[in-house]
Amino acid sequence: MVERSPILTMICHLVLLGGIVLVCLPLYFAFIAGSLTMEEVQQVPMPWLPGGHFLENLATAWIKADFGQLLLNSFIVAIGITIGKVAISLLSAFAITYFRFRFRILAFWLIFTSLMLPVEVRIVPTYEAVANAALPIQWMADFLNIQGLWEWISGSRIEITLEWNMLNTYQGLILPLVASASATFLFRQFFLTVPEELLEAARLDGASAMRFFWTILLPLSRSNIIALSIILFLYGWNQYLWPLLFTTEKDMATAVIGVKHLIPRSDTEPAWNVAMSGALLVMLPPVLVVLIMQRWFVRGLVDSSK
Amino acid sequence: MVATTHEPGLKHAHFQTAGLPALLLLPQLLILLFFFFIPSIRALMQAFLLTDPFGASVHFVWFDNFTALFASDSYRNSIWVTIWFTLAQNVVTIAVALVLAFATDRVVRFQSGYKSVILLPYAIAPVIAGVMWAFLFNPAVGPIAFFIKALGFQWDPNRNGSDAMLLVVLAASWKHICYDYIFLVAGLLAVPRSLMEAAAVDGAGPIRRFSQIALPLLGPTLFFLTTMNFVYGFFETFAIIDAVTRGGPAGATNILVYKVYQDGFVNLDLGSSAAQSVLLMTFALLLTLLQFKYVERKVNYSI
Repeated sequence: MVERSPILTMICHLVLLGGIVLVCLPLYFAFIAGSLTMEEVQQVPMPWLPGGHFLENLATAWIKADFGQLLLNSFIVAIGITIGKVAISLLSAFAITYFRFRFRILAFWLIFTSLMLPVEVRIVPTYEAVANAALPIQWMADFLNIQGLWEWISGSRIEITLEWNMLNTYQGLILPLVASASATFLFRQFFLTVPEELLEAARLDGASAMRFFWTILLPLSRSNIIALSIILFLYGWNQYLWPLLFTTEKDMATAVIGVKHLIPRSDTEPAWNVAMSGALLVMLPPVLVVLIMQRWFVRGLVDSSK
Repeated sequence: MVATTHEPGLKHAHFQTAGLPALLLLPQLLILLFFFFIPSIRALMQAFLLTDPFGASVHFVWFDNFTALFASDSYRNSIWVTIWFTLAQNVVTIAVALVLAFATDRVVRFQSGYKSVILLPYAIAPVIAGVMWAFLFNPAVGPIAFFIKALGFQWDPNRNGSDAMLLVVLAASWKHICYDYIFLVAGLLAVPRSLMEAAAVDGAGPIRRFSQIALPLLGPTLFFLTTMNFVYGFFETFAIIDAVTRGGPAGATNILVYKVYQDGFVNLDLGSSAAQSVLLMTFALLLTLLQFKYVERKVNYSI
């Protein structure tokens, strides 16, 4: 900076240390609680130094919440959401920026509108759509009165009931969260900065549209894709509302839901030690991702929020 | 075919292949249709219908669901709870993030170390943040609850509404400070050094330079963050509420999104839940428009 002022610098370090304490305090106590026995965790005041039962509690949590299966589900869902979102956003952004077609502006606005509608606000209708994805077609059939029409033509009665239940399936957990206006706009923004000459040169060499996409555009977007993928992985891993609603079978739930079921309620035994070790276990993968991919993570965060 | 005409948002050199763009857009549009547009239209329709819980009879009731909502004490309570919750969360988050960002901008040593740690909560699921804070403040075993009681205060978020509110505000802010922080650090980095140096030559100290030069330049960022904090408070804190208080005690932390869930899934009052959805959608729409109108492209991020 411009001038030296050791006192202010000192205060700044203290402030930042305070910030670190603030961030780490819950994590530290979660670790302490996770390493104690149930009797120790209920002592008042609780011990401030870790005990020796961390692995034991972890094992209890692992069995109690079936984390083996749940962590696998979380990985499948988080990776599915990430790949799905990146793929369909890349394709839509490519279509919108590199093709001239009649409904280009309409498609753009349809995607744009979805940005304004957080999924959280339509809990019941979205649940219905997942419980039976064929429902819209059914509504259409009812509306057009196809049954009545058939009865009139053939004289015999038929019952049309369509069903495609996605509850307790991976696609039910992934698909509703895969549409992404913000990722589409991120890629659109990036594609607009790609030099015009690249496409012209590719054309001279006789490349088709998809070939241009695969061999030129995709490699150029690599760093954007990585940065965004990190954010999307965290988003997918940390989802709560939809797994809570869409999974009624225990072994289709995600790890985050598993932690919630470990929280002691007033009528259960206060196994906070098990709950805390479970919480630490489930937060580990996303925390590692952020720590390892720090540089990309910040880029992805700042880019995708624009 | 490659053509070269100009059209906003379209590359000068572009393809005119018919059919292919439709194919490329198909996955996105299909998913939007099934999980965004149809459910939204359903919500809009249901909001004007009265359905009994078993779906046996349906009546068109005009605005009855909406008038019933505004007449109900629990909904009005939920509105106030949401306003207080988001406001408090917003103030705490921005204030703490500003102080931390200012300090980060000043220090040279350990800067990236500080940043890495302060960013960590972003990686942690809201529900897990909620579980940890619920433990810290648990009146029977929580270490912080022990201190509060040792200082002579009453503390029981399971019975006392304001204790519960304080707890969810703390947990929600803890989870979200890192977000505001990273944008503010990026914003401070973008403040022209020459401007700061000129002010220093004119005798302005570090605090004065921050408040009179950096802060006004951060204005658009702060506005963007405020909007994002409202979006976060309104829609993304569902998991924290569910883990920490379940909307209680006696509705003291029953924010609007949680109420949509409770009325729709627990009480099976579909018409009311849909009407609440429609109100929330309207609100989300307003927030997004605000965000685009004032903030788009005015914030300079280069980190």
